[in-house]
Order: sequence, then C-alpha cells, then structure tokens
Amino acid sequence: MSADRKSITLHDMTLRDGMHPKRHLMTLEQMRTIAAGLDGAGVPLIEVTHGDGLGGASVNYGFPAHSDEEYLSAVIPLMKQAKISALLLPGIGTIDHLLMAKDLGVHTLRVATHCTEADVAEQHLSKARQLGLDTVGFLMMSHMASPEKLLQQARLMESYGANCVYVTDSAGHMLPADVSARIKAVRDGLKPETEVGFHGHHNLAMGVANSVAAVEAGASRIDAAAAGLGAGAGNTPMEVFVAVCDLMGIETGVNLFGIQDVAEDLVVPMMDHVIRVDRDSLTLGHAGVYSSFLLFAKRSEQKYGVPAREILVELGRRGMVGGQEDMIEDTAITLARQRQA
Amino acid sequence: MNKIRCAVIGPGNIGTDLLEKLRRSPFLEPLWMVGIDPRSEGLRRAREMGLKTTADGVDGLLPHMKEDAVQIVFDATSASAHPENSRKLTELGALVIDLTPAAIGPYCVPTVNLTEHLDLGARNVNLVTCGGQATIPIVAAVSRVQPVSYAEIVATVASRSVGPGTRKNIDEFTRTTAHAIALVGGAKRGKAIIIVNPAEPPIMMRDTVHCLTETEPDRGEIIAAVQEMILSVQQYVPGYRLVNGPVFEGKRVSVFLEVEGLGDYLPRYAGNLDIMTASAARTAEVFAAGLHRAHKPATLESAKATP
Repeated sequence: MSADRKSITLHDMTLRDGMHPKRHLMTLEQMRTIAAGLDGAGVPLIEVTHGDGLGGASVNYGFPAHSDEEYLSAVIPLMKQAKISALLLPGIGTIDHLLMAKDLGVHTLRVATHCTEADVAEQHLSKARQLGLDTVGFLMMSHMASPEKLLQQARLMESYGANCVYVTDSAGHMLPADVSARIKAVRDGLKPETEVGFHGHHNLAMGVANSVAAVEAGASRIDAAAAGLGAGAGNTPMEVFVAVCDLMGIETGVNLFGIQDVAEDLVVPMMDHVIRVDRDSLTLGHAGVYSSFLLFAKRSEQKYGVPAREILVELGRRGMVGGQEDMIEDTAITLARQRQA
Repeated sequence: MNKIRCAVIGPGNIGTDLLEKLRRSPFLEPLWMVGIDPRSEGLRRAREMGLKTTADGVDGLLPHMKEDAVQIVFDATSASAHPENSRKLTELGALVIDLTPAAIGPYCVPTVNLTEHLDLGARNVNLVTCGGQATIPIVAAVSRVQPVSYAEIVATVASRSVGPGTRKNIDEFTRTTAHAIALVGGAKRGKAIIIVNPAEPPIMMRDTVHCLTETEPDRGEIIAAVQEMILSVQQYVPGYRLVNGPVFEGKRVSVFLEVEGLGDYLPRYAGNLDIMTASAARTAEVFAAGLHRAHKPATLESAKATP
C-alpha cells in the first residue's frame, strides 16, 4: 500500500457503457435520476451518450430510445457539481456530433480508437482541444498492443491535443501485471502534465484489481460504473472501488454510502439481466473480445442455434476489433452453415 | 479500333494500380503519368512502361493535351488539389474522373448511375469512396425493388490499406458515403461507418449493408436484385463476393460482402483500393464506348470488360 496520499478522478460509465446492457434504451427519466444520484454522491465526471458514443444510433449497434442530444440536454442542466463527458469513435461519429455536444455544455470529450490506430483521431482531438474541452484519447483493446506500441500511439494522441490518454481494457482481458506495464510505459513516456487513465471491464473479475494496479502505476483517472453497469460482465463496480480506495488512502471525493445507494436503489432495479461473469462474458475476457459483442452474440445464438461462446471465440480468433458488430451475425451464419455441412 | 487516350495524375499507389488496369483495357490507352516529384517511384515505373511523364503537375500535362489527343484524365491526388486540376482540364474538353474525396462533380457508381451522367454530358464525375463503391450498388438494388427508408453501411478495411490522407480526414469518408447512399443508392436516409482493423495477416475488405424497407421486404425480388447486381459489379471487380445474406428480419435486409482486390499493384486484401481503381477504369471504358458509338455500334457490352 502506498504511503503517500494519492488523489484520483473517478469517471462514471453507468450512463454510457451501461447503455450496452440496456440495449441503449434507457429512458430520459432513468438518465436524470441516476445522473442526479451520482452528482449527489460526489462523482466528478459522468459520461452520457449512446453506448458506442456520439452518432452510435444505428442498425449495427442499436437504435437508442432517445438521441444523444436529448440525453445530454436532459442531464447537463441538473448537475450541481459533476461535469458531463461524451464519447466519440471516429468512423462512427463526426465533428458535427462533437460540436453539438460542446454546444449542449459537455465538459470532456473522449475520442476512442483501436489501440494501434490513434491517427484516425487527429481531427477530432485537435478540434476538441481547440474548443477548450477537456480532451481525452481512449486507446481501446489495449491488450492487443505492447506497452511500447501503446506509448507510441498515446504520444500521437497527446500531439493532437489530448491532455489525458486512457489505456482501455475493452475486452476485460488484462491482468494486473499487463495493466501495470502499459500504464507505466505510457505514464513515463508522456509529458508530466498529461494525465493517464484506465478503463476496465470485469470479464475476468479483475476490474477492481486492475484499477488499483493502474493507480499504483501512475493513472490518475479511473472509469467505473455504479453496480458495474457496462458491457460484458460490466465495468469496474464503482462502489467497490471507492471502498477499496478508502482503505488504501486514495482520495476519490466520492461518498461511499452515497454511491452504494445509487448502485443498489437505482441501478440494480433497472438491469434487464444480472450483470455477472457468466460463461459468455468470461469468454470475452478469456478470448480477448470486445465486451459489447456479448448481447449480439447471445441474440445470434437464439436465431442461428450456434452457442454465443463459440461465436465469440471465433471472433477473437479472427482478430475482430471494436465496432465490428456486423461480423457477429455474419460469423454466426457461417458457423451455422459449417455445422450443417 | 482507336483507343481513347488517357492521363493519370498522381503516381502513388492508387495511380500506379489504376495504370495497370488501363494498360489491359481494349478501349483505353494510358499515355501520360503526371506527378510533382521527379524522383517518384510511380513516375519511374510509368516511364519504364513507355508512358510520357512529367513532374510539373497538371501544368506539365496541359500543353500536350491537344497534340496527344488526351480525352480522359484520372485525378488520384488529393481533395485540395483536385478543383484546380479539374478546372484546367475540363477547360480543354477532357472528361475528369475524380478519385479524391473532393466531389465537385456528381457521384458516380458505375453499375448504378454511370450512363445517366454520361448522357447528361458531365465533364467531371466523382467516385464517392471505396465503401460507397462497394455498398451503394446493393442499396440501389434493394431500393429498385421497394422504397428504402434508411440504409446503413459498415466498411471494414485492413489498417495497412488506409493511407495518411484518409486517416487525417476520416469524417470525409463517413459524410460523403452517407450522402451518396441516399443520393445514388436511393435510400431516404443514409449512414456510413468505417472500421480500421490491424489484424495480421491483413483482413480482406468487408462491407455490410443494412437496409430498412418501408413495407415488408419482398424477399424473392430482393434476393434476385441483389444477385443480379453482384454479377454486374463482378464484371469489373471479380473479387466482389456475397459472403452471407440477404438476411431478412422484420423490415431489415442485411447483406454481408467481401471485396478481394486483383492484386495488380496493390495487395489482394486491399479490395477497398482496388474497387476504386476498377470503378475508375470502368467509368472511362463506358465513356470511351460512348465516344465510339458516335461512329459505330456500341462494343462494350459485347466485349469482356477490363477487370
């Protein structure tokens, strides 16, 4: 346990990554109530958009109950202390979405790319920086790049204007040593004033342990979700992480009972299914597959009779990356045909 | 038969691959390769193949347009250079085929609306994007059967096949493709998604087309229209293949495609680049056949197209 008292920023994912297990169908009322609860518990930063970021509304990822604009407009005016962030994946969302989010009062813009493709984010990161937003680069599926490669990509994001770069474990595949090595490489290689963050998924039940490892290796922003509401087996459960930080003397500014109550009273009752490490989400973590593929694979299992687990393993084998949800049905059909043959 | 003479501006990967396709054409004769760097590998290759070259950009070509009877010019440079190139070339009466995202001329997808543009006498046509060339034919096939309220495409390309220009301005891809899905494909609304995949060995280009029809999809008609369209595209992109579908679910029609390139200059997995150069060559061939038609009956339909 570290002797010096560290202070970190917790970034809530309940209303963005949590949109995946809700099939992007949260009501405006649910958004408002949970955001107000998080704000009251002292969570400093809350992400709100379609699960796949601004402009994610699509056949491929799912049409949401409301537009990004409606969600952001519903939540932002209610905040007493918390700031709101929005996620954007270049190739899905565009600068037009970024400008809309900025106009609605978003404080932080996070631009996400696959961990080896940071240069597709240049126009979005530089625009966000130019607009004076808290500008964050988000390197997804970080387990697929070595620490050295990740640093090289993080440097690109920093050069485009990111004042914070994330190591993102989209597949929930990393173990604490993997996280430490990557965070340390990025932390040591970026400018001292650039922050480093970590986003975990709980598919191997490593969300909390990995986040602790990240903080110890120098990360100062950590993503977590109330009751872990997020893709796959969920994100790092915030109430658990806040309790652990408290025991470790890490300052989060989040009230432990307050965040427990948000998780227990607001988020758990809203879940469509129990967010846990089941055989399919465990397969995501084990095989290193993008967490939001989970429900699509389960749906394809229903439709084509191929076990979700088998589909996910095949997607991992074929090196699919975030955003390739179309390949889930395609792979299921191909596997079903092979079974008949 | 006299071949129609062409010039290619931009001796990079795209221009060089295009040149290989033009050299095989029974209707076209590539005569000039135009660059801006005298040390360019592409210019050297073109010279070795017997083409005339200049490193003085489009201005190095202009004085020779008339004496060499160049009628078609392909621009494979950049969106920023294209408008000026086009202005100078069309002034001299050339047809300009735009492979950049500039899109100052109408969008052209050979199997869907090419003859329409040539009949209207367009002097500059734009080839949309690689994702557009791969998917708009399918959107058009479905919307010819029945109204499509929304069409969405997902193009996944190998990281190695995506150049710095595309990376610097990826919004241009999503916006232009979405626009053309509606305008050329015939959907009321369009959306485009592009994914860059770094897997090794590099993945083949994949394209998924999702259409939402206004009323229950007519399955039999749609299957027939999609199959027919794929055969048409295969005439100039032989590696254009249906992997799965059409899948029908409610009003959703989804088609899963793969595009393998010919491997002329670019590697086979780069179907995204191949479909652009093949579409450019196809556009020029149809135009060339139109010029001949003025003198004798059309020959393109009876001849084997140049893939």
